[in-house]
Amino acid sequence: MTARPKAADEEIRVQIRTDRDIVAARQQGRSMAVTLDFTPTDATLLATAISELARNIVKYARWGEIRLRVINGSPRKGVEVVARDDGPGIADVKKALRDGFSTSGSLGLGLPGVMRLMDEFEIESAEFRGTTVTVRKWKP
Amino acid sequence: MDIPILKQGQVVIATIRGSPTDAELLQLRAALIQQVVRLRSTGVVLDVAALDVMDSFATRTLRDLAQMTRLRGAETVIVGIQPEVAFAMVQMGLTLEQVPTALDLEEGLAYLARRPQPFA
Repeated sequence: MTARPKAADEEIRVQIRTDRDIVAARQQGRSMAVTLDFTPTDATLLATAISELARNIVKYARWGEIRLRVINGSPRKGVEVVARDDGPGIADVKKALRDGFSTSGSLGLGLPGVMRLMDEFEIESAEFRGTTVTVRKWKP
Repeated sequence: MDIPILKQGQVVIATIRGSPTDAELLQLRAALIQQVVRLRSTGVVLDVAALDVMDSFATRTLRDLAQMTRLRGAETVIVGIQPEVAFAMVQMGLTLEQVPTALDLEEGLAYLARRPQPFA
């Protein structure tokens, strides 16, 4: 599917249930970055981070959503991504942010990798209470 | 997603178009291995120039593909990784490890042709 550029102040919500939604979410993010005139590299960094966050939702929580919006710093603009789920949550957040840690036998690079792709990273999670990851990428 | 798989001599060639889902990447991996076995190929060239994002899943799937074909005696070369995709991979800390890469299809085929042929 092709993502259509939205008005700059609009929030885009993408329901995340399947691997198809992962692709949809990252395409929406990329088109938002393009409307803000991000460089192709920054647009790709953003799309890659969204892909990882959306996959974590499918893999660990099965259901959740990704919200994308344009943020106005002064003087810069940026994109904020909120990835939210009501899944099992992360018991040890500090550990999950360390390279090489994974509970699913995967690479374990998910969250530390996302952190490095983006300018700002916040996570709120507790066991059995879901996970919310908020990341921002600013236009240089 | 329909990913055409071509054959050129002993080499299998596939080109990814657009944005494959995780399931489609796994299907591609299975189809390529099947072709390698069926055609007794000695090499695979996978063109990823159109791939928008190479995240941890895509990287792992391609690495596994290379490992699996190598066990069948066929080397897999990944070609066409876009500069911004390469940049994102490095930032993420993702690596294709010992999987060879080349600039484009032509370079990938040249790489495979340069390899010593064990039974030639």
